[in-house]
Amino acid sequence: MVPGAFNYHRPDSVDAVIGLLGEWGDDARVIAGGHSLIPVMKQRLSDISHLIDLGGVESLKGISVEGGTVTIGAMTTQHELISSDALASAAPIIREASLQIADPQVRYLGTIGGNVANGDPANDMPGLMQTLDATYHLAGPNGTRTVAAREFYEAAYFTAREDDEILTAVSFAATSGGYAYEKQKRKIGDYATAAAGVLLTMDGGSCSAASVALTNLSDTPVYCTDAVEILVGSSVDDATIANAVKAAVAASDPVADTRGPVDFKKYVAGVIVRKAIESAKARA
Amino acid sequence: MEKMHVKMKVNGKDVDLLTEPRTLLIHALREELGITGPHVGCSSSHCGACTVDMNGMSVKSCTVFAAQANGAEITTIEGLGSPDGLHVLQEMFKEHHGLQCGYCTPGMITRAYRLLQENPNPTEEEVRFGIAGNLCRCTGYQNIVKAILEAAAKMNEMKESA
Repeated sequence: MVPGAFNYHRPDSVDAVIGLLGEWGDDARVIAGGHSLIPVMKQRLSDISHLIDLGGVESLKGISVEGGTVTIGAMTTQHELISSDALASAAPIIREASLQIADPQVRYLGTIGGNVANGDPANDMPGLMQTLDATYHLAGPNGTRTVAAREFYEAAYFTAREDDEILTAVSFAATSGGYAYEKQKRKIGDYATAAAGVLLTMDGGSCSAASVALTNLSDTPVYCTDAVEILVGSSVDDATIANAVKAAVAASDPVADTRGPVDFKKYVAGVIVRKAIESAKARA
Repeated sequence: MEKMHVKMKVNGKDVDLLTEPRTLLIHALREELGITGPHVGCSSSHCGACTVDMNGMSVKSCTVFAAQANGAEITTIEGLGSPDGLHVLQEMFKEHHGLQCGYCTPGMITRAYRLLQENPNPTEEEVRFGIAGNLCRCTGYQNIVKAILEAAAKMNEMKESA
């Protein structure tokens, strides 16, 4: 399988990328790790005449933790996320989730920016970014702007990013307390049948803060407001967990596919959310 | 579309290819450079038969454009050992019957090489997790895992005696 012909560009700055996008418009696409885009190009499902490789833009790479804020450049790979000691202490849920993405080869090239910006509901990072209440940094012809991850996803592959913009980084507050990213998949390399990211802070036997979000259980990632409200202020006992799980499953809206019918997916969602809450509580 | 120059160091040798941007790295290696160790299996980044080492990373060369590898250092199975000087991993795959048909083997060994560079003392679980991107439909993996663990032990012995 070989893609159709295209022109290849490898600019070395964000400004140059924006310039090329402005010049070629709908005929251009940016490529990060390429593990979503290249398969689509091979199947000739996408007509791209100008491929703009972000691999040469050094400013899009790297992880920084400053003043309690974690900032990750869009071209930082999953392998780099897993290997970062700074990240392991500032937000260990990132490592836990990244290790469950695809396989080693894909993680060497797959990037956080590609994963969040593509808008594929099956990707893990969008759900994780809901859990972390992350901020996305975009750059375009009119400068830069930020969008909350929880406001970014409109439908499958439709996001708040304009066609002439690129995502340059994600940022979020360093976490404390318990965390868990749980994922059910049929095999290594498969997308989630259901996955959930949970953060939980316990203060003197009571839950002072919580976050719950779902992956691949709707056409966008789902932040579970109701489940969070049930958890916060409770002792996170069995009855509360059961209610929170019920609320999270109610917020899901999966479709039947090769991973199973809707009822099965909702059942798995319940199992996974419960595991994630219990694991986060045990670590809180 | 205009062809472009892609310069790489492949198995220690500088090469300069004039190729179309859409050429995948696996095809550049096999068809333009005659390096046929890396195989085309699924051509969809699942099976790992096309695995090569690129700048110290194991990558599936069916899902990388040669253009993206411009300036890269590439190592394939041909760069790890030769028929008269097998790499320890190759010796151990042979000794422990870590292959039957052999189709996945170049990718499997190239991946195992990088895994052991990063983690010279892996547990069995770490080996299994580390080669999870490479499929073998013959062996059931038991002997592959055994071969990699044995190779790790042998490589560590060689390091100690050096």
